[in-house]
Amino acid sequence: AEIFQEFTVQEESVTFRINLSVLLDCLTIFGASSLPGTSTALRMCYRGYGYPLMLFLEEGGVVTVCKINTQEPDELLDFDFCSTKVVNKIILQSEGLREAFAELDMTSEVLQITMSPDKPYFRLSTFGNAGSAHLDYPRDSDLMEAFHCNQTQTNRYKISLLKPSTKALALSCKVSIRTDAQGFLSLQYMIRNEDGQICFVEYYCCPDEDIAEAEL
Amino acid sequence: MRFRAKIVDLACLNHFSRVINTIAKLAKTCTLRLTVSKLYFILSDKVANGGVGMWCELCQGNFFDEFQMEGVAAEHNEIYLELVPENLSRALKTAQSAKAVKIKLTNKHCPCLRVAVELPSLSSSSRIVTHDIPVGVIPRRLWNDFREPSVPDFDVSIYLPVLKTMKSVVERMKNLSNSIVIEANLSGEMNLKIETDLVSVTTHFKDLGNPPWASEDGHQSSAQDRDLESMAEARIDIKKLQQLLAGQQVNPTKALCNIVSKRIVHFILLHEDVSLQYFIPALA
Repeated sequence: AEIFQEFTVQEESVTFRINLSVLLDCLTIFGASSLPGTSTALRMCYRGYGYPLMLFLEEGGVVTVCKINTQEPDELLDFDFCSTKVVNKIILQSEGLREAFAELDMTSEVLQITMSPDKPYFRLSTFGNAGSAHLDYPRDSDLMEAFHCNQTQTNRYKISLLKPSTKALALSCKVSIRTDAQGFLSLQYMIRNEDGQICFVEYYCCPDEDIAEAEL
Repeated sequence: MRFRAKIVDLACLNHFSRVINTIAKLAKTCTLRLTVSKLYFILSDKVANGGVGMWCELCQGNFFDEFQMEGVAAEHNEIYLELVPENLSRALKTAQSAKAVKIKLTNKHCPCLRVAVELPSLSSSSRIVTHDIPVGVIPRRLWNDFREPSVPDFDVSIYLPVLKTMKSVVERMKNLSNSIVIEANLSGEMNLKIETDLVSVTTHFKDLGNPPWASEDGHQSSAQDRDLESMAEARIDIKKLQQLLAGQQVNPTKALCNIVSKRIVHFILLHEDVSLQYFIPALA
């Protein structure tokens, strides 16, 4: 909440569903990039269930008022990912992963992640039309900020599910990669904005069951 | 019927290219009217154009170093041509660093505007790139279709806000809706509004100023005796407005619009040597 100058929520938690591209168009109504010296002010209000989300934006004396209709929230998937049940955890500097993710073989259906207290420590693998590719990160690499792996785990995740997370990766400075006993993956991206404030984007992904069963 | 003209000055050439680029963004096909002193790019407000009208006027003396025109007949010393402005725009793209550009009306196999671009060359003989742009000659009996539209009897006349801001806002709104409402009053306030099932967005502009229009003798304009706060509005096709704004590559000296409530919006954009009028009708 610290990234806002004012932040008041009157209920325990407020949830609603909203069209993202409409929201984005409204937030960027004065243009996607601001000129140096100009700043846009934003005020967001939500009166409660059934009401639209109100956005008030001001730039250079011009005021835009947006009223975006809200919808019933979808049920949020509860991955039941508990910090206390984490088996393996790695914190990497994002620059190390950016190139890797940009070069992932997209003809591979899955991204296989291996985390282990022994070699190869941290490995990203793909199995595409041209062959398989493995990317290893040594535990003593400069990019490795923390390495807490207790058990050797190899899990596969649908690459199409992980690809969108590269947008958060691009903006972040650090990423934490954690898995639990079921192989559920938690990616936490730490993003520092222009004012130096920190926010997090979290991705949860469950392992690709079909392939695991096919191997048995 | 003869026409030949030449531009030698690079600044004039670039300026002329910019004008043609703007016209090309506004109309697929338009009418080029040539007189002794002026060039006009005209789009008449036929249903085929979606009711949109355009009238763009340039003084030839501000652009051309040489300009010779002989019209259809002595008493009708004008030429009306139908052309695709995009073709002219593309021809002029090759002239960005040209030494000279000559334009001539020819009729070898069919009527064409021949654009000959003389490019600098290391050798003694210069390189010339020639573009033949097919044109249609419009017969005199149809000239009445292309008369200058009169300024409508508007309800409100107001100066436009900074075009850059207006352009950004309209571009975003175009993603959200097909039509946009422009409303303005005589207190210098203008609102741009869109409303759909998903979202409604209104942008408020203030302190824009209203241009003073001298009323013709005895003619009561709708704008007189009008409540200053009352808004005149028209719902128009947002794409047409976006095209008009996107085509403005340089900030005009004066930009204003006249609104006839629920009927038409008349935009006037004035640059030093070019005036552009654009009419967008209100949607049913």
